[in-house]
Amino acid sequence: MKRLLLLGLGLVALLVAPLGQGTYVTYLLCSWLTFGIAAMGLNLTLGYAGQISLAQASFMGIGAYVTALLTLAGWPWLAAMPLAVAACFLVGLALGFPALRVQGHFLAFVTLAFNTLFFLVARNEDGLTGGPYGLSGMPRPDFGLLDTAQQPAFYYFTLAVFLAAAVLLWGIVRSPWGRAFKGLRENPIRAESLGLDTRRITLMAFAIGSAYGGLAGALFSPLVQYVEPGSFAFAQSLRILLMVVVGGAGFFFAPMLGAAMVILLPEVLRFTEGYYLMIYAGAVIVLMVVCPEGLIGLGGRLRDRFQAPRPRGDLQEGARP
Amino acid sequence: MAEFLQVLFSGLATGSIYALAAIGFSLVWQAAQVVNFAQGEFVMLPAFFVLVALHWFGWPLWAALAFGLAVAVAVLGLLFKRLIVEPMLPAGGLPLIIATMALSILLKEGTKQFYGAEAQPFPSLFPQSTVRLGGAVVAWQDILNLAVSLAVVVALTLFLNRSRIGRMMQATAQNPAVAEILGVNTKRMVLYTFLINAALAAVASVLISPVYLAKFSNGETLGLVAFIAAIVGGFNQIRGALAGGLLIGVLDNLTATYVTTEYRAALPLVMLIVIILWRPQGLFGTAEGRQV
Repeated sequence: MKRLLLLGLGLVALLVAPLGQGTYVTYLLCSWLTFGIAAMGLNLTLGYAGQISLAQASFMGIGAYVTALLTLAGWPWLAAMPLAVAACFLVGLALGFPALRVQGHFLAFVTLAFNTLFFLVARNEDGLTGGPYGLSGMPRPDFGLLDTAQQPAFYYFTLAVFLAAAVLLWGIVRSPWGRAFKGLRENPIRAESLGLDTRRITLMAFAIGSAYGGLAGALFSPLVQYVEPGSFAFAQSLRILLMVVVGGAGFFFAPMLGAAMVILLPEVLRFTEGYYLMIYAGAVIVLMVVCPEGLIGLGGRLRDRFQAPRPRGDLQEGARP
Repeated sequence: MAEFLQVLFSGLATGSIYALAAIGFSLVWQAAQVVNFAQGEFVMLPAFFVLVALHWFGWPLWAALAFGLAVAVAVLGLLFKRLIVEPMLPAGGLPLIIATMALSILLKEGTKQFYGAEAQPFPSLFPQSTVRLGGAVVAWQDILNLAVSLAVVVALTLFLNRSRIGRMMQATAQNPAVAEILGVNTKRMVLYTFLINAALAAVASVLISPVYLAKFSNGETLGLVAFIAAIVGGFNQIRGALAGGLLIGVLDNLTATYVTTEYRAALPLVMLIVIILWRPQGLFGTAEGRQV
């Protein structure tokens, strides 16, 4: 009940957030929601299924380039978006194959290599991607009743996509598949001996997570109206990874919180100028040393300190009839 | 043919420097199961310590080099182990990966803020003249870089195989529990590994900076190349990491000269993916069984 109330409050806050705000604040909010979607996908791959991926930005890139090229060719956004998501789903599926052979840091470096390769291709294949100058002038989607050319309208459009993606992810996480992902994370061999097809589950964890990256890219393209290789370099993947881990990998609301920290904190820390990244990196190190479960884990730990310990909900699930 | 020899030789020279970073990488991995994503920055930074001693304190080159080595060992070895790795070992895996990534950003941005964003010229340790070897013109710098790195690798191998401490370090890496029972101070051995890693990084830094100039962003490629070299060679051997480093240095130079410069950076990456998919234990490694 308390949870529903909080959710309702959060929703109202999201709805009124852009009212009376300037263009820049609304842009920041849109960017937060967009990266929130990408981080949600990574949270599924990393937080729930335990497969580390440093290539989420390249999927945002694939989604953004596909959407940009198609909408520039005159396609409506609603037709371009599914294609972008599908493309990322397939590429993600392919990137899942290394994960069948290697784990942990090896996987981290394979995905890192993939991201860098994507960057090189985007930069060098001028004919398709516009090279280092990128693509610009993508139209914003127009749905007849709702023309998103203006900033507040585009915010509500982004919010709608964000909420749909979040509800879908909630469904996935609660489904048998979600349990299978967790089983894979906790102990792959035990999961396999319990009859789970770990091969398929691993591949799906990558494919679905990447599809979310593609969806984020499909939103990024009309939001910024300019895509260039630098936006999807490895550093961006690192940012998305930070969002997930700082929030708390494996918690449903972690990506939203983490994305808010990563996108909005620079604005707050703007007065520190060049030292921002240093402060930020230092804070991440301290957070990881003090509390490896991220901010939500830190909150939970503080609560446990002042309240009687309660078993975690997702650990109880298996025992229920 | 002469050009080929030249390209080959300078490839070997840079490759041997990559190998130093790669060896440090795999030593730390064996001893503490830590993958240091800041390894590239560990190679970038000592050059700046030397520059600080040279230009801010006005010390002579030899003193500056000693200062660079000492500070590198203290900061990148001791402090890194004590402040970051040690408290995080129980949490394991992912948080540590994130923390070393954040550390790499911290070191990079710190260097940019406190020393400068431009590439800094670094004094060359060796004569700038060249020598003719079988028709090819080879720089003394390349020859001596190769010689110094190989000497360091040989010394390290001898230390690990022949000395008492070296053997205790190997025992710790192979089986910490049994080593502990046999009276090895495993914590101290792990610390030594981190110190050696820092020292190797410092040597690599001083050798490579005269070639590439000292720049805050150097670590990005160096770290990746070091990791790839370690993987290619098989994560658990010194000679593997050495071979991997040399191989990457040579292949990188050959592609840049004969195939494509645009996709030069792509070759090691493709190599990494192919090796991991085809032979995850590396070219020289042995397969390890899975554990529940």
